[in-house]
Amino acid sequence: MPKSKPEQAGSHSQGDLPESIVISSRVRLARNLQGHPFPGWAKKPDRLRVVEVIRPIVQEVTEMEGGFSETMDNLSAIEKQVLVERHLISREHAAKNVGSAIVINRAGTIAVMVNEEDHMRMQAIMPGFKLHQVYELIDQLDSKLGSKLPFAFSPKLGFLTACPTNVGTGMRASSMIHLPALVLTDHINKIVQAVNKLGLAVRGLYGEGTEALGNLFQISNQTTLGEKESDILDRLVKVIAEIVKHEQNARLTLLEKNPRMVYDHVGRAYGILANAQTITSKETMNLLSMLSLGIDLGLFDELTHAMVDQLFMDTQPAHLQRNHNNQKMAAEDRDGLRADYIRAKLLGIKRPKFAPIPKKTQDDKEESK
Amino acid sequence: MKCDVCKEAEATVHLTQIVSGAMQKIDLCEACAKAKGVSDPAGFSLADLLLGLGQETTASTTALAAEPRCPGCGMTQTDFKKSGRLGCSQCYETFSDGLAPLLKSMHKGEQHIGKTPPGHSENMATAERMKVLRRDLDHAIKSENFEAAAELRDRIKKLEQESRAKIKT
Repeated sequence: MPKSKPEQAGSHSQGDLPESIVISSRVRLARNLQGHPFPGWAKKPDRLRVVEVIRPIVQEVTEMEGGFSETMDNLSAIEKQVLVERHLISREHAAKNVGSAIVINRAGTIAVMVNEEDHMRMQAIMPGFKLHQVYELIDQLDSKLGSKLPFAFSPKLGFLTACPTNVGTGMRASSMIHLPALVLTDHINKIVQAVNKLGLAVRGLYGEGTEALGNLFQISNQTTLGEKESDILDRLVKVIAEIVKHEQNARLTLLEKNPRMVYDHVGRAYGILANAQTITSKETMNLLSMLSLGIDLGLFDELTHAMVDQLFMDTQPAHLQRNHNNQKMAAEDRDGLRADYIRAKLLGIKRPKFAPIPKKTQDDKEESK
Repeated sequence: MKCDVCKEAEATVHLTQIVSGAMQKIDLCEACAKAKGVSDPAGFSLADLLLGLGQETTASTTALAAEPRCPGCGMTQTDFKKSGRLGCSQCYETFSDGLAPLLKSMHKGEQHIGKTPPGHSENMATAERMKVLRRDLDHAIKSENFEAAAELRDRIKKLEQESRAKIKT
């Protein structure tokens, strides 16, 4: 992609959007080798051969130097789940064993899954709203690999993939966005419908078919054929920027019309997280979402987004277990351990400071009815 | 457009899903969409909805015995319908007749205009040329200029053969 194109101007406006709303940006490319059956249809010897061909070449590319490379049968269930929680492999890939592999760069920004649904699923991921930048990162790797490996490609249909929904660019670009105010104001369904009508998909925390935990939503392109990569990205960036604006407006409206409700959510979230003795990861995510909103609204002095992000990651089941003896634990024990961990982390954090809530005038009361 | 379920309210939710290679469409009003749990199109099966309406699904299995197999991987159309995944890159050619309408319904266009891998750049030019030739052919046929149409058809055929030979090498 030429670097002087208007996306540079776009990346400026992207930078203006608070990172606390657009959490991360990711682009993945699906690629296959000519003359080898796709992983889902291939027999074990075929899959092993493909890993043998692809893995050394991926490892040797400069981007991946000093990174992590392993076959899936050599990873424990906890290790695989940790990678899922970090969005470095898909849940589908975590279920693979012999005949699949994963290569991750040192910074954890690039991951190449070998023999997921396609021979290669390579992705780049970065915090913030940086879709074009992330694309450039993965595009470079793709070009390098494409000069060393014979990709299955047709001039008419583009990159050929196991599923016809990915054919063409083989690209799925997505951003993870935090939309607590749109959820609190019940506007989220309208947004989801509107986004779907534009040919984009809205998904939960871990992609296809997953719940929107912690008020986090993934917006991604759904079509891959008949459009240039840069056009798909431009379209996505425009829509996401629009959603962010809606979220910002919803926050202002909430503060103006119903501060008590917002303060109540943030206050309760703090109260529970700082005092709970047992807590599930689902409840944790939803309450951390409210702390994050509280930070954006200036209700906390000491608490930072980095601290909340860390808590979010470290309290997920696999991370929790890995950091604690690396042993598989019962859900009940995990919930206790999670609560202890959060309480300890919030020990130095003072309770939220709320602005006085203005008394409602008669007019306001009429309005809110 | 009325809702397919209650047949009363105006349909505001329009869904298209590819199930086992067959495209299904349904239009719902907001209330019915909510009642059916349609908030995430990936989270439910349109097939169940349609079956509940007593409509027939279009995914019927045809003549198992004489089914053609992909020379590249041995997959049949029935295998593809079952999994929704193709067996190898050659399947796209083997099943091109069945795939064309499917691809048309799921994507923005039918011609790849995005990135080409290194060494394929000449194919991009070929594709562009092909596009222009096809458009000219359409015009020629519409204006009943059959002489020009025949010539265009031959040129397209030649280009197709050339590009196919290139992919195989």
